[in-house]
Amino acid sequence: MSRSGAGAYRLPKGGTVDRDAPISFELNGKRYRGYAGDTLASALLANGVRTIGRSFKFHRPRGVFACGVEETGALVQLHDGARGIPTARAPLVELTEGLRARSQAGWPSVNFDLGRVLDLFSPLWAAGFYNKTFIWPSWHTYEPVIRRLAGLGRVPPERDPDRYETGNLHCDVLIVGGGRAGLEAALEAGRAGARVVLVEQHHELGGEALWAQQAPEGMPLHESSASTASRLRTRLTAEGAAPQEWPASAASRLDAGRTAEVIPAQAWLARTMAQLRALPDVRILTRTTATGCYDHNVITLLERSPPSGSAGASARERYWIVRARRVVLATGAIEQPLIFANNDRPGIMLAGAARQYLRRYAVAFGSRPLIATNNDSAYLLAKDLREAGVRVLGIADTRREISDEVRALVRALSIELFTGCIPIDTRGPGSVRRVWLGELSQDASGITRKHAVDCDSLAVSGGFAPALQLYAQAGGKLIYDGTSGALIPATPGASSPAARRSAIDIVGMAASRVPIGPRISPVGKSSRKWVDFLHDVTVADIELALRENYTSVEHVKRYTTLGMAADQGKTSAAASLEIIARLRGVRAAELGHTTMRPPFVPVTLGAIAGRDVGERFAPQRLLPIHDWHVANGAVMHDFGEWRRPVVYLRPGETREQGMIREATAVRNAAGLFDGSPLGKIEVHGPDARDFLDRFYINDLSTLQPLRARYGLMLRESGAIFDDGTVVMLDANRFLVTTTSGNASRVAQWLEEWRQCEWPNLRVAIVPVTEQWATVSLAGPRARDILAKLESDIDLSGSAFPHLSMREGTLLGTPARIYRVSFTGELTYEINVPAKRAQTLWDALLAAGTPLGLQPLGLDALLLMRLEKGFLHVGTDTDGTTVPNDVGWGKVAASKRRDYIGKRSLRLPENLRADRLQLVGLTAEQGTSFVVGSHLRTADSTEVTDGWITSAGTSVASRAPIALAMLRAGRERIGSEVDLYDAGVLQGRARVVQPPFFDPTGARMNA
Amino acid sequence: MLRIACPYCGERDEVEFTFGGTSHVARPSEEVDDATWAEYLFVRDNPVGAHFERWLHAYGCGRWFNVARDTLTHEILKVYLMGDPKPELSRT
Repeated sequence: MSRSGAGAYRLPKGGTVDRDAPISFELNGKRYRGYAGDTLASALLANGVRTIGRSFKFHRPRGVFACGVEETGALVQLHDGARGIPTARAPLVELTEGLRARSQAGWPSVNFDLGRVLDLFSPLWAAGFYNKTFIWPSWHTYEPVIRRLAGLGRVPPERDPDRYETGNLHCDVLIVGGGRAGLEAALEAGRAGARVVLVEQHHELGGEALWAQQAPEGMPLHESSASTASRLRTRLTAEGAAPQEWPASAASRLDAGRTAEVIPAQAWLARTMAQLRALPDVRILTRTTATGCYDHNVITLLERSPPSGSAGASARERYWIVRARRVVLATGAIEQPLIFANNDRPGIMLAGAARQYLRRYAVAFGSRPLIATNNDSAYLLAKDLREAGVRVLGIADTRREISDEVRALVRALSIELFTGCIPIDTRGPGSVRRVWLGELSQDASGITRKHAVDCDSLAVSGGFAPALQLYAQAGGKLIYDGTSGALIPATPGASSPAARRSAIDIVGMAASRVPIGPRISPVGKSSRKWVDFLHDVTVADIELALRENYTSVEHVKRYTTLGMAADQGKTSAAASLEIIARLRGVRAAELGHTTMRPPFVPVTLGAIAGRDVGERFAPQRLLPIHDWHVANGAVMHDFGEWRRPVVYLRPGETREQGMIREATAVRNAAGLFDGSPLGKIEVHGPDARDFLDRFYINDLSTLQPLRARYGLMLRESGAIFDDGTVVMLDANRFLVTTTSGNASRVAQWLEEWRQCEWPNLRVAIVPVTEQWATVSLAGPRARDILAKLESDIDLSGSAFPHLSMREGTLLGTPARIYRVSFTGELTYEINVPAKRAQTLWDALLAAGTPLGLQPLGLDALLLMRLEKGFLHVGTDTDGTTVPNDVGWGKVAASKRRDYIGKRSLRLPENLRADRLQLVGLTAEQGTSFVVGSHLRTADSTEVTDGWITSAGTSVASRAPIALAMLRAGRERIGSEVDLYDAGVLQGRARVVQPPFFDPTGARMNA
Repeated sequence: MLRIACPYCGERDEVEFTFGGTSHVARPSEEVDDATWAEYLFVRDNPVGAHFERWLHAYGCGRWFNVARDTLTHEILKVYLMGDPKPELSRT
């Protein structure tokens, strides 16, 4: 073995790494060397680095265990600072110059971890320990410390500087997996003329062909692809996705290739790739994992960019949403471990992974390895190790019966074979140094004798579990197969639910139906036999769960957290079923399995968000004169999608001071408010009045032309949905206004009833919120100011009274002016085409500023409406408030015709006398009214008698005022209630009848 | 995510649509008793299998239509126009 170059465990020749391209990298600040073509895992193995991480709960040392997504030991924190990636799986990390990785847990260092002491007390840390122990005063007292101790990755606190993207793909056939089965399926589908997308999670295509010797290799790796081909051909043709003329040679050639022709794997791969490249409509995505399979053949993919690509120029990751007519799963299988005491030590690795490191990266996973298996596959590792000059100390096979073919191979290799033997324990310290093999008794329930083997590494194979997570997500039923010790489709082929529903085919699965022998050591401490390596779940935890009567697999999972780690049980699900079945004395096939949910691998949240972050997080609606507001001191806040001015600050002012100044200006002179988000809907047609009258509690049959009527709209349950005004322009045209937040909801509500319930009414609904800017001019000087602008509208109080509307021209522009008021002052709500908003705004300010006019923000507007006691739907009301609760009971009851919600108002619940009712509250100066404070009295029988819904300090009186929903509130006007905030008594309040200002409404009717 | 074939626009992603609840629920007159009205308001069948429901192509044509959907498999069994009678479904 070479002791120079990139690592002591690197073989002098072989593999696909580029020995002319050395790469240096760091783990925990220590420099190592690897080669181009290495992964972080292979390079660390080449350097003999055994302990890479610490386990989650017991801080056990862990090293490279696998060679793919199922990795449970070599999890690292990658990169520094804002680009840091937690829980990166070293076998998937392509080695690049200067790569920096750190162990995720271990303090002060991964090799000397004080948390290791936790392992000494492991009997205390059984399943459910946290739930049973950290209960006083609450789990949250302990959580931060426990989380710090746990071997979890660290999410960088800084903002991620990288770009992520999302994309959409459509295809006839999506093939998941770029191994042999997947590539052959792509070839077949592509030749049939189908639009094909093939995804492979590693950076190279080929799967085993990248490192296997021959194709086929002699082991039953795949089911006949001829059947795959013909099945695909039949389906595609039937669905019109393929030309009727199927290349006649394809299937027969494949048959020949599979059964007779034996060529080097790399040659096969090169030939297949060339054939694929010649096809026009086959798209191949590497470094791409199918993460989820959803209804109707929607599949999500996570694509990683090449690591050395020009940073910043392209996205680091892409999240694809694929709509495929058919899905072909060529996802292969995941090798399973053997279960025995101390089976988690560094130096213990899956045999298939060890073989892959050997053949692909020319790295020996040890210099004196032992192999333990329960199936034929691991013998290929022995052969390869022997050929690479590594002395294998022996092969333990848990089976007694072994084929002559395998025996002959072992004899030829001169390797000692221990049949009917299973590892029962290992010794360190740290990395494995000794393995005890136990000879299994006839029924494998005990051992007859044991002996020790001193080795420096152990390769294990406990069989293969087909990677059917996507199939199960799509609704495919899986069942435990005793022969292979894994979950397989309960009803394979076209009749399975997943195949019917999501048009899913599985190819290449025969590979994984490898018969296995025993895989669980019958002796040794069960608290040391790891099942779920990543979450430190042992056989003892499963035993405890069952003792405590958590018998269903879903309950065992949640109680022990088995299968809930980042690997989602890829190497633990199958064995755990066998363990549970044994403990319960049932067949594993009767247990079912835990539900498999997306994602298959951890997905970066940034990739799902794509570019919809920061400013693009949500669509934003800007007012027509947004720029003016910003340039003139407006503090802008988000209200739903709209950005709106809450106050226009002058130098040195606080928000509170600005609000009071603006409100005072409105009360004394005038204010100018941008109310453009106000919902505006035109309802046209001969049946418009009849239609609208079905929505409001107010009678619209008597509404006169150019008059406005305030109205409340209910849900069918009787709850208040929205409020606004209805204006009649003429018999065929009505204008409806809605609250700003409900503008689109109301339009959609009207449409739903029009289309679904009353399609015969001759009505058209036209939302025009964005077409018209709305500028409210409010205050005692409003008429004087508006009169200075050129218009054909008579503004006098007699010609244009409160609750009416005029259409005309203003500054030569069409205008609709309403007299409605939300401040309690004389108000002209002026609507002009949105593009004319700035002209109008400037003209009004120019005309009004000398008279004391000021721009008015939402803070002051809402304070003035509170003084007037006007209802703010959604603030003072919730989803249970009916008209009578807010003083509209008589109106609602007196309307003769039916309207939406009317019948519900007579339900007993809505007639109860002790319902919450809207009242006003006043208090001594200095009392602080807080929205959400609860109201009670000493003799209250309920926990709460209601709460404050709106609160502020009156501009006029400087006294605290509030609106509240109070139990049987109207009866209690004149009485006092106690105020509680967060359970603490805050003071008293007097229950009053709003409004708090101008009770006769003289000012707004002026 | 469902893929729904809007009868006016063609097959689109579920995110373009808004679910509108059970279809073919007749609105009673206001003369009915409390129990009947409460039934109309609150009580819906929750079948395993075919469910007849209405959907709005909100980010599309803005039209409501009916869908028969299998609640177990999410298979769309039929798409039909608003106002069409509840279809007979022949399940295989």
